[in-house]
Amino acid sequence: MNRRLVEVENLKKYYPVTAGLLSRHVADVRAVDGVSFNIMEKETLGLVGESGCGKSSLGRAILRLEEPTAGRVLYKGNDITTWGRRQLKELRKEAQMIFQDPQSSLDPKMTIGDSIGEVLLIHGIGTEQERLEKVTELLQRVGLEPEHTMRYPHELSGGQKQRVGIARALVVNPKLVVADEPVSALDVSVQAQILNLIMDLQHEFGLAYLFITHDLAVIGHVSDRIAVMYLGQIIELANRKQLFSHPLHPYTEALLSAVSVPDPHQKRKRTSLPGEVPSPVEPPPGCRFHTRCPKVMEICRQESPVLRPRTGGRLVSCHLYG
Amino acid sequence: MHHNILEIKQLKTYFFTRSGVVKAVDSVNFGIRRGESLCLVGESGCGKTATALSILRLIDSPPGKIIDGEIRYHDEDLLRCSGKRLRQIRGHGIAMIFQDPQSSLNPVFTVGDQIAEQIRMHLKLKRRPTMERTLHLMEQVGIPRARERMKDYPHQFSGGMRQRIMIAAALSCGPEILIADEPTTALDTTIKEQILDIFRDLKQQREMSILFITHDLGTVAGIADRIVVMYGGRIAEVGTVYDIFDQPKHPYTHGLIDCLPDISARSDRLTSIPGMIPSLIDPPDGCIFSPRCPRSMMVCRQKRPKEVIVSKEHLVACHLYS
Repeated sequence: MNRRLVEVENLKKYYPVTAGLLSRHVADVRAVDGVSFNIMEKETLGLVGESGCGKSSLGRAILRLEEPTAGRVLYKGNDITTWGRRQLKELRKEAQMIFQDPQSSLDPKMTIGDSIGEVLLIHGIGTEQERLEKVTELLQRVGLEPEHTMRYPHELSGGQKQRVGIARALVVNPKLVVADEPVSALDVSVQAQILNLIMDLQHEFGLAYLFITHDLAVIGHVSDRIAVMYLGQIIELANRKQLFSHPLHPYTEALLSAVSVPDPHQKRKRTSLPGEVPSPVEPPPGCRFHTRCPKVMEICRQESPVLRPRTGGRLVSCHLYG
Repeated sequence: MHHNILEIKQLKTYFFTRSGVVKAVDSVNFGIRRGESLCLVGESGCGKTATALSILRLIDSPPGKIIDGEIRYHDEDLLRCSGKRLRQIRGHGIAMIFQDPQSSLNPVFTVGDQIAEQIRMHLKLKRRPTMERTLHLMEQVGIPRARERMKDYPHQFSGGMRQRIMIAAALSCGPEILIADEPTTALDTTIKEQILDIFRDLKQQREMSILFITHDLGTVAGIADRIVVMYGGRIAEVGTVYDIFDQPKHPYTHGLIDCLPDISARSDRLTSIPGMIPSLIDPPDGCIFSPRCPRSMMVCRQKRPKEVIVSKEHLVACHLYS
């Protein structure tokens, strides 16, 4: 049985909305609004949702790349929300991030070798020679050539740059990697290569992933468990099989039915959702999904549902299930 | 025999850049029939957008130039008609919508004005009937409270609503052909489905021909009658949606379909196409896919394959079939 690596407790991340000359604080964008879940060692937890649902803010808040507004994040049992700079630096050796756009996350004036080696340098790992060896070895592992150490980011294709982004995250041997839309900017033929690489590395390095994406087909392919987010909250969390074969929350159901399947014979029963995602500045009262829900009831407009356990260890936040 | 209302023959569009001549569209042939939706599929840089822009002569020049070919619309060659005639055809005969509605709408005019502008220009209607028609169009594409919202500016609309406005503007003069370049790529899953429904309705109600450009095979399966697969500025395969998905002939089409993650089953590895998308400056001799092709033969590196008819509607450009 794998142990808990990360425990997130009632995490909130609000961004202030200001107005006027004095930047008065008038409201909050509630990007993440009370989220709790765990990430086990060596598992992939998929986090899926549409744009603006708070999935990226959540990913960044867990690594404290953004300061959480409230709540706790425990890493191996220690509350990292109270940690200072020195301790956070230690955390960076354990927990890394892969970004969506490798173009903007690599310094254009640094060679690939320096970009990756810099991580080791900052943490004071190895001599210059050892660092170079480590970088070369890792570059080969992610499918690049040793001579790429001398190249600059603009000389590489999108897929190659993402390989560098992955190498950069793995060079310190982390235990947790938050991958924020790592394949969304790539073409499908290259996307498959990178997904394979990400999954192979997980076995080799014993990694736990928090894999963030809006693409359900991708998340279904890589994840052990999947959390579905809507307007700053997790509305369903289940293992992959449960979620895809038998979604409980009406939003999950609609999301799944909106996935375009590459099969022209499949005439889908589509649950087309009306309307759009409401603003996270003023989320609707009661259940946040009630304005678009096809199964809305009276209680949904008044009381917000709580994420509750159901059979099979899955969680759902919906009044339909009491 | 099917009647093509638009026929593209031997189209060559090159871009003259500092690093060399990019053969973005390199001898492309296909036709669009009345009332069909034809999908142009391919990855980034395959020349699909350049093909679409060439049809309406919207290629930026310099650096781009249409070198050769013919674009037959009824009895005219669009590449050789006068500027005045071309302006009549744009909007009136053939209309186009783009991927990013944000940048194709003018931020300082109300959306009503922008739709009305087209109607005034092309149909020369008076003020009252122009407004009536604008209102009707906005209602048709599903913009709620259209009468009030006509007076709003683009930034007051969400991405999905802006795309609806672009569609309304494109439809304003009742075009025969609608060219849609990645119209759903920037949208969220649930919103994308709403927009695709509009396209399906349009095709049915108006018998309009749609040239739908996308990289997403899932979308293609749900909307296409016929498919043109492009790779490296050339056509790889043409066929009905069933031909392409059930019996893909070209190894590239095969690869493209196989490398999609399957939502219903977690397999350990995705099939991927090795290598990366070729540069269109100095493409290899022979078949442009040969460096990545698992079934590449001697001849593939020497001779460019001709298009071969494999069944009634199904064409493939590959030496395996010649």
